[in-house]
Amino acid sequence: MKALIETMVAPLVDHPEDVQVTVKEEDDRLTYHLTVNQDDVGKVIGKNGRIAKAVRTVVYAAGSAETKRIYLDIM
Amino acid sequence: MRQVTATGQTVEDAVQSALKQLNTSRDQVDLDIIDEGKKGILGIFGSKPAIVKVSVAQNPIQKTEAYLKEIIAELGVSVEVETIVTDKQVTFDLSGDKIAILIGKRGQTLNALQYLVQLVLNRYADKRFTVVVDAEGYRGRRRETLINLAERMADKAINTHREVTLEPMPSYERKIIHTALQQHKKVNTTSAGVEPNRHVVIKPSYS
Repeated sequence: MKALIETMVAPLVDHPEDVQVTVKEEDDRLTYHLTVNQDDVGKVIGKNGRIAKAVRTVVYAAGSAETKRIYLDIM
Repeated sequence: MRQVTATGQTVEDAVQSALKQLNTSRDQVDLDIIDEGKKGILGIFGSKPAIVKVSVAQNPIQKTEAYLKEIIAELGVSVEVETIVTDKQVTFDLSGDKIAILIGKRGQTLNALQYLVQLVLNRYADKRFTVVVDAEGYRGRRRETLINLAERMADKAINTHREVTLEPMPSYERKIIHTALQQHKKVNTTSAGVEPNRHVVIKPSYS
């Protein structure tokens, strides 16, 4: 899942080396936290959050196999 | 990506040797000089060969196809991707088992992939492309469904003398509805609301 998020986001940003994903596991959910270079924030959120929404949709589709609810935090 | 590392007495020699191995020409490759090499004394003592890494440059469409394939692989689905390129549009047609996970409810996953792929392609490419990601003829089936829906809802609007509001849809799906009802004499269609909640409204034409 981490690799999926990195694969998806890296080509969208100007500083792919600064793309980081961390995971936090709680009782009933997995929270993935995505951080990117300060200059690239807009590129992963997009106009009205369109890019963020698309990234989340794909992540949740991948998460449908998991038993825990998945969340994706951006920044 | 095809790439080779080659050595030679000079950088130029190394590059030529690499191009020969790859069987390509200089304008089709990316060059990476690892070591410029040293002549040494009298060309013998302390000389070091030049080392270059040469890789065949991929065109934007191939790079984008690779991006889409990587994402799908990470999703744990194995699919074939067929890429169809026309003047302004690139279609990636996916086929394989377990394709349903890639489509998602009402195609939302497929639409998300399509949006991301379009962004990436237009970042690489120097002209603008429209991207369609299709899976097992989903877009065609969806089109049929939408045309049927449009006709049923047009009848409903006529019979009830009321506007019928459809659920929010992406622009190309709304367009299918508008086009389907364009020739219809008894109804007019408009779009209302702001993305991502923009939706089609079907009105009886006399009201």
